[in-house]
Amino acid sequence: MSQTTGTVAAPGAHASHDAHHEELGFLRKYVFSTDHKVIGIQYAVTGLLFLFFGFSLMMLMRYQLAYPGAALPLIGKLLGESRMPGGIMLPDFYNELGAMHGTIMVFLGVVPLAVGGFGNFVLPLQIGAPDMAFPKINMVSYQCFFLGGVTMLASFFVPGGAAQSGWTSYAPLAVIASQGQTFWLIGMIFLITSSLLGAVNFITTTIQLRAKGLTFMRFPFFVWAQFVTSFLLLLAFPPLEAAGIMQLMDRLAGTSFFLPSGLVVSGQVVANAGGGNPLLWQHLFWFLAHPEVYVLILPAMGIVAEIIANNTRKPLWGYKPMVYSLIFLGFMSFIVWAHHMFMTGMGTAMAAFFQTTTMIISIPSVVILTALILSLWGGSIRYNTPMLFALGFLPMFGIGGLTGLPLGLNVTDIPLHDTYYVIAHFHYVVAPGTIFGLFAGIYYWYPKATGRKMNETLGKIHFWGSLICMNVIFMPMFKLGLAGVSRRLFDGGATYGFAQPVLHLNVVSSWGAWIMALFQLPFIFNFFWSIRHGEKTGDNPWEATTIEWSAPSPPPHGNFVHAPQAYRGPYEYSVPGAAKGFAPQFEA
Amino acid sequence: MEIPYTVEVRRDTGLTNGKIGIWLFLASEVMLFGALFASYILIRTGSPTWPRGDSILNVPLATFNTIVLISSSVTMVMAWASLKRNRFGTFRIYLGSTVLLGGVFLVVKYFEYSHKFENGLFPSTNNFLALYFTLTGLHMLHVIGGMVVNAYFWGPGAKLWKTNPEWFANRVENSGLFWHFVDLVWIFLFPTLYLL
Repeated sequence: MSQTTGTVAAPGAHASHDAHHEELGFLRKYVFSTDHKVIGIQYAVTGLLFLFFGFSLMMLMRYQLAYPGAALPLIGKLLGESRMPGGIMLPDFYNELGAMHGTIMVFLGVVPLAVGGFGNFVLPLQIGAPDMAFPKINMVSYQCFFLGGVTMLASFFVPGGAAQSGWTSYAPLAVIASQGQTFWLIGMIFLITSSLLGAVNFITTTIQLRAKGLTFMRFPFFVWAQFVTSFLLLLAFPPLEAAGIMQLMDRLAGTSFFLPSGLVVSGQVVANAGGGNPLLWQHLFWFLAHPEVYVLILPAMGIVAEIIANNTRKPLWGYKPMVYSLIFLGFMSFIVWAHHMFMTGMGTAMAAFFQTTTMIISIPSVVILTALILSLWGGSIRYNTPMLFALGFLPMFGIGGLTGLPLGLNVTDIPLHDTYYVIAHFHYVVAPGTIFGLFAGIYYWYPKATGRKMNETLGKIHFWGSLICMNVIFMPMFKLGLAGVSRRLFDGGATYGFAQPVLHLNVVSSWGAWIMALFQLPFIFNFFWSIRHGEKTGDNPWEATTIEWSAPSPPPHGNFVHAPQAYRGPYEYSVPGAAKGFAPQFEA
Repeated sequence: MEIPYTVEVRRDTGLTNGKIGIWLFLASEVMLFGALFASYILIRTGSPTWPRGDSILNVPLATFNTIVLISSSVTMVMAWASLKRNRFGTFRIYLGSTVLLGGVFLVVKYFEYSHKFENGLFPSTNNFLALYFTLTGLHMLHVIGGMVVNAYFWGPGAKLWKTNPEWFANRVENSGLFWHFVDLVWIFLFPTLYLL
């Protein structure tokens, strides 16, 4: 094997490919591209659009929750008589919005942005690869994701509307639901295929295409996070696919996988063979959906780790324990799923096992978070926009994580189960947690993708507005939940006497959500405006040490002018006695 | 742009990209069928009565099909080995036989299915049949998938042999790994559904 095969094609060959690249038409270059950077941007932009769409669904729901039964001005009329007659929301439509908000945010928003977007764009650059190991499969992965998204959106227009059984699609409710559920299942099969193809690609790329000298313990933490995430996607999604196939069979072929004997619907006994097991769906669903929680959070942790090391100008505190924690976390995430099922009557032995594993899995998360916080100690911190979002992530994820402990224990979970407390808990993890991490990543790698920085002032308005609003939205939900208000009520608890003292909090949450939408406008404007008008930057505007910053901004097809090589660990900042404040991985 | 390690192995891992890719894919397939087998166990243990497989299904036909699939795995290996020995003619014979044996399996399965339907046995009849049709149906989709890929390498895909024989042999090897997996799933399905 020659010296250069460590990474990319020789520079000479590269130039000729550039020339070839110029000849690609618009469709080949931007729509059916096999370039990991274009696919990453496709994923990221589609994911952002879906995040905004999912958020809009929630803003509609928040009106119904704050002012139950009141007619929604203007927009209510536009949505039609079958959904909001006279502008007043029907319960069925509320259920559609709830189910689709969850589905869209998780499967079409956060995961595509975190894994599809950042994974595709950043991971090959960070390991010094010319592209993904299977570029065509990468393209197909995005197309499957896109088809899945279209299927989900189309389901709003079928008779009976979109899926209404929650993002969890619990059986038997989902089996007897209207046609939208079939679309949901088919959409999920597309999305599962997409993530399977992506996961195979990420793992192979990480193992095979890393630059010469880039050993596993020299990986940036983000690469490790994506690597572990890919294993979760690879191994956890197929059981949901199996469950999806069985639910499709139940709905279309009349089988009874999830329908028990003697099931009564609307006073009628269902004429099915029976003998099915509704709990089986929950087991298979949560076997995916618990690792999925870590799919949501690990990439964000990776991004935050990169940005904290870069802006404290210090190595990460405890890189190795963080990596080992990450691997342990990935492994444990496969054996905690039934802590979502304490209320199902699956038995105390099962509950005891799963609450024990749940307590164990909180340890590595705490190790990672603690290491990130300790990394700040003694650093000369630069407070730029990416860093603000990364710093915002730490306490928000901390609140989300700590409030999860009572939910992981059987005894304390039972009164809290399915209340607004649960909503507040996991939204603290995912919304101000993960999504802040993702915003941080967008501000951080934007110069690499476009050659220009996003505007700092607009970024700071975006950050502070979002941080305050996120807490205004979710903090009151803890109190609602502790008061016992169920998360499934379409009037937000208005018909219940015990909920009356806390009902005003629904109004607070709702206004928080609508005002937060306003604070996203500076981001949207900034995102598009900076493409042409942002401050021009060099290859390494943040004075970072990882390999992606050795590529030109934006990187050409094939990424690097010369095959990069890793000479040291990822975070050699402020090395005592060194001439420069930072020693990049890629410089000898 | 060339992606490294599509043909030659990376020295420190000793593998090509395709080889890692196919094994990862098979790992996810194990989880897919594993979940279905787990569902089988849960539904069966939860039900008061369960028919013996041979009282409903045709064991001799399934035994024949088992032999057919195992033979097709042998011809698959021989096809790859012929490429490694540089005998393209024998490769075509062996790979062609693999595809044909897959076809025989499907034809037998077609008669089994239609016999069930004629006797009024459908997936909706009971959960045993629901599992039977779901598991064998999904397995058949995999057989068809494997046949399509192999047929491609027998026909248009074989052009690669002229320009990059090693790459072509690697592709056939990976397709063979998938084919063996499909065979292996059947070897679990046969006793589970027909004999237990």
